[in-house]
Amino acid sequence: MSTIGFWISGVVGRTLAYSVPLLLSTLGEIYAERSGILNLGVEGLMSLGAFSAFAVAFFSGNPWLGVVVSGIVAGCASLVHAFCSVTLRTNQVVSGLALGMLGMGISGVLGRDFEGKVLATTLPVFRLPFLSALPGFEKHNVFVYASLGLAVVLWFVLFHTRWGIVIRSVGENPAACDAMGINVTLVRYACVFFGGVLAGLSGAYLSLGYRPSWSYGMTAGIGWLAIALTIFAFWNPLWGMVGAYLFGILYHLSFRFQAQVSPELLNTLPYLFPLVALSFVSRLAARRKVGPPASLGVPYQRGSS
Amino acid sequence: MSCERQEIVVFRDITKIFPPGILANDRVSFGVERGTVHVLLGENGAGKTTLMNILYGIHQPDGGAIVLRGKEVRIPSPRVAIELGIGMVHQHFRLIPNHTVWENVVLGFPRVPHLFPALRARQMIRNLSREYGLDVDPDARVWQLSAGEQQRVEILKALLRKAEILILDEPTSVLTPKDVERLFLVLQRMKEEGKTSLFVTHKFSEVGEIGDRITVLRKGRVVGTVPRGEADFETLAAMMVGEKIALSLPKKALSPGCPLLRVEDLWVLDDRGFPGVRGVSFEVREGEIVGIAGVVGNGQRELTEALAGLRPPSRGRILLGEVDVTAWSPQKVREAGLAYVPEDRRMALVGDMTLAENLFLRDYRKAPFRRGILVDWNKVREHAEEMIATYRIVPPVPQLPVRLLSGGNRQRVILAQVLTSRPRVLVVSNPTAGLDILATDFIHRLFLSLQEEGVGILLVSGDLDEILALSDRVLVLYRGTILGERKRPQSGWSEEDRRDIGMMMGGVPGERLVMVR
Amino acid sequence: MRLRLQVTRRLEPSASMVFFVSALSLLLAFLVSGLLFVFLGISPLEAYRVFWQGAFGSLYALSETVKRMIPLAIIGAGLAVSFQASVWNIGAEGQMLIGAIVGTWVALFSPLPPSLLLPVMFVLGFLGGALWGTFAAWCRNRLAINEIITTLMLNYVAANLVLYLILGPWKGKTVRGFAYTDPFPQEAWLTTIGTTRVPLATFLFAFLTALFCYFLLAKTTFGFELRVVGRGEKAAHLAGIPAKRVVALVLFLSGGLAGIAGVGEVSGIHHMLRHPAHISLGYGFTAIIVAWIARANPLGVLASAFLFGALMSGQDALKVAFGIPFQVMYILNGLVLFFLIASEQLLYYRVTLRVAPWGEKEDEYDRVLD
Repeated sequence: MSTIGFWISGVVGRTLAYSVPLLLSTLGEIYAERSGILNLGVEGLMSLGAFSAFAVAFFSGNPWLGVVVSGIVAGCASLVHAFCSVTLRTNQVVSGLALGMLGMGISGVLGRDFEGKVLATTLPVFRLPFLSALPGFEKHNVFVYASLGLAVVLWFVLFHTRWGIVIRSVGENPAACDAMGINVTLVRYACVFFGGVLAGLSGAYLSLGYRPSWSYGMTAGIGWLAIALTIFAFWNPLWGMVGAYLFGILYHLSFRFQAQVSPELLNTLPYLFPLVALSFVSRLAARRKVGPPASLGVPYQRGSS
Repeated sequence: MSCERQEIVVFRDITKIFPPGILANDRVSFGVERGTVHVLLGENGAGKTTLMNILYGIHQPDGGAIVLRGKEVRIPSPRVAIELGIGMVHQHFRLIPNHTVWENVVLGFPRVPHLFPALRARQMIRNLSREYGLDVDPDARVWQLSAGEQQRVEILKALLRKAEILILDEPTSVLTPKDVERLFLVLQRMKEEGKTSLFVTHKFSEVGEIGDRITVLRKGRVVGTVPRGEADFETLAAMMVGEKIALSLPKKALSPGCPLLRVEDLWVLDDRGFPGVRGVSFEVREGEIVGIAGVVGNGQRELTEALAGLRPPSRGRILLGEVDVTAWSPQKVREAGLAYVPEDRRMALVGDMTLAENLFLRDYRKAPFRRGILVDWNKVREHAEEMIATYRIVPPVPQLPVRLLSGGNRQRVILAQVLTSRPRVLVVSNPTAGLDILATDFIHRLFLSLQEEGVGILLVSGDLDEILALSDRVLVLYRGTILGERKRPQSGWSEEDRRDIGMMMGGVPGERLVMVR
Repeated sequence: MRLRLQVTRRLEPSASMVFFVSALSLLLAFLVSGLLFVFLGISPLEAYRVFWQGAFGSLYALSETVKRMIPLAIIGAGLAVSFQASVWNIGAEGQMLIGAIVGTWVALFSPLPPSLLLPVMFVLGFLGGALWGTFAAWCRNRLAINEIITTLMLNYVAANLVLYLILGPWKGKTVRGFAYTDPFPQEAWLTTIGTTRVPLATFLFAFLTALFCYFLLAKTTFGFELRVVGRGEKAAHLAGIPAKRVVALVLFLSGGLAGIAGVGEVSGIHHMLRHPAHISLGYGFTAIIVAWIARANPLGVLASAFLFGALMSGQDALKVAFGIPFQVMYILNGLVLFFLIASEQLLYYRVTLRVAPWGEKEDEYDRVLD
């Protein structure tokens, strides 16, 4: 294989690996927002997932147990947000921020003793014939391919199944759904929970697979990026995948300039990129009449149409 | 007994009271025969929609019972209504604009497969469409559809769920004449299938064409039920509007002065980009009340919003005195002397702010309330107390959040807001919608006294009683154009005028009264 | 027959009820965090005692509390104004850092005479934070990007900017391996009160800010405009209030105040630009809660800022005594916020359990008002 081929393969492979947590948490946020609930706590949920996965894997020696626990922990934590925003009908911005703080706080406090610890076993490398031989692809674990598959599956569910219609309709017009006998509360709880699970799993990928370790702040704002990416993706899992990879490749390429530009300045790019991307998208969205789910952030109360 | 079996639905003494004591339905009793189109005729506020919402499980009656297929039933929710074979097409469609037709149709419908529901859904929709002549593309997005097509989607939703009884609430109010014809064909087709339609309307021009039997409601009560053959327009109009106006107002015969508001060939687009007002011209003179009669959705909102500066016209001119105010900002229009009372009271009020704050909201920039960069709260409070006394706002507490006020008191707050600046022209839209009799009377008397002071008032209302009680001149707005005009005779409105105007509201031009069959 | 929870809307909650509920939610948050101490193997009672000592136990403790209260109060007052306008400025953290950067530039690199250093630091620091905030307003008004996302992203940008400066061009000549700038000249230091580490100027400024913001909201035409925009955008439009300009000004002001808080930290406490996590101990985020718990009333912000200053210095004492990491603050913040918004609902809704037959007047439950 030619040098340029190696180079491309390396970039693609590392981009895929880097984008996984962003992709997973974006997919989760897309589902929560599609059902009408804005969850600003993704960053905290990811941190919680990363820590709990690491701690469980550390004690049990089984990374898979860590993965499962991280999903459950983050999913359950997100139910607090669901309870506030669906049942109590509180302000979703504040409730999401509170959840984020709680997640960061708990993982930081409980995780302090795990900082710098080394895992006995991490997520194993997942080998595919031919593909895993390519440069940049050697160290991929199953998350890399599973998240790609998940994006497609979630897109399929959202647009080609009855459940998908229900989820999207609940986010658009809960009153119309209620009139058709759909349990709006249940759908919203389920979607928020699912979003929490995915945020937790993306944290587990960070602490068990990508760079097996735990340190406070290792989520590095990916949870916030996921919220921006959700808008960028027009609330569509496939576009979410495109956005996550696009974002990953830009981030990866920016590393290549570390010799010329200071890494701190390069580090600002991931946070400026969403703003630039959104500025393009918002105009496009206005023209094509695609916007957020019509009832995003609006609590539903029967009878107050 | 055989008669009982024929009647698929019987309303028995249905009574419904809305807080704080508005009697929407007063012992309503009548039966609907299976396989017919039953028309429910009445003016706005006659209680037709409330009755239909009771049948569909949205409201619960305070008294009486519904007998369905010979058995008394309770209908606690729309879900139960659907299970009982009742479908409803609301006046404001319950559709999701961003979704496709098929997605809307199968929402919550269990008889499509979980995976790829589109395949089966498209097929079902096509079959039903063919069967009933409900032509609509299953893959179109709802927001791209015309009102007529959206209505067909709603009907499809009901038919797919095997509705035996279909309620249509003011189905023609948003339709073009061609769409109305198509709707009638669909209803005819449904009749042949043995399905029953309940057709709610207040346009009696349609009644003869479609209704097998007609029940007329007025002020929450059944006036009578007549079979198709026995109904002529005169009888129905008399039944519907009543013989006389309920409250007598001190309406004086004044001679109007010079024109204050002139509208010339005005065209205004609606939210979907279609012309909602199409070439309207009229004038309002000093000390004159001009009524714009018409069914809701015939361009009233577009017209009033254009006058208020909220919606730029696509063509034409609006002159205030000699000043051209076309496409001015709401604030500048107001400063030029035109005050606007919108139909949606949330547009004028901030519910979470106090009475005092709302009362000076529109004048907060002006002299007595503003000193440099400061608000003179003493003046605001004094003003609030004065306004509360003048307009008899209850409770008389300046610090109370406006959202805690009743509808009538909110409307008084809005009137106080706009009248503070002593406008020369007042544009009001359905000023008494949803208000009780006392509040209505107060507002009507206020308009008459403003008229005596020389204010020109444009009164837009769907309530014919209100229009006739106040107006010196009545223009009928129908599908965005002025269909006709009547001047108040010296002796007051005659029954004939009243009927004529009612006809025009229903789309029949004056003078040419031809029974449509 | 079945049991059902009935939720009815209450009329206006009284002021005493609001206070009571806020106090209760704080107390609950404390009790719940007691569980955390148990989990960490620390006696909660002992923890509460240490906490109290650290926050109020001595003059030193009190001064530490006040030291932390200052930025919270200055930023919180600005956020109170922005919340009144329904503008979600989550970026005070970044605006504060920009203020610190600008202040540092003036202190270290500007050719100004020493006597002018401090005033110019604060003026330009205000402008820096204000423009950082106004950029988010521009994104909202012109590009239709939600200010929550913009302000948040800009936090990370500002933090990386600080890191870049202290590791690169502004790295101190005398600091060797550490990452901070040279110390400011003495003329750029704020005088402290007595022997404490509380800067006098910013302490007074915190009170002035609260008064100013209160005055702005309660007395001025602009304050009235922004409250209308925050509560009913349609009505604001009809009343001719320029909502976009209001949003921009609100972000200008709240960003600027955060900038001043940033200058106050570098010139009053640190006397240098250093790691972002040291300049701001999460003040920008905590101030969100400070403003929220004060119901966006700038005078109330003074009280809640003092409270949260105490929380911060109290947990500092915990950190020293038991080695509890600093993130315990986030847990406490999160819990307070949750209890607060949950109890908020209880203020407005009365929840009762009642026996109801099927389908009885379901439609009127939520219709008592509105």
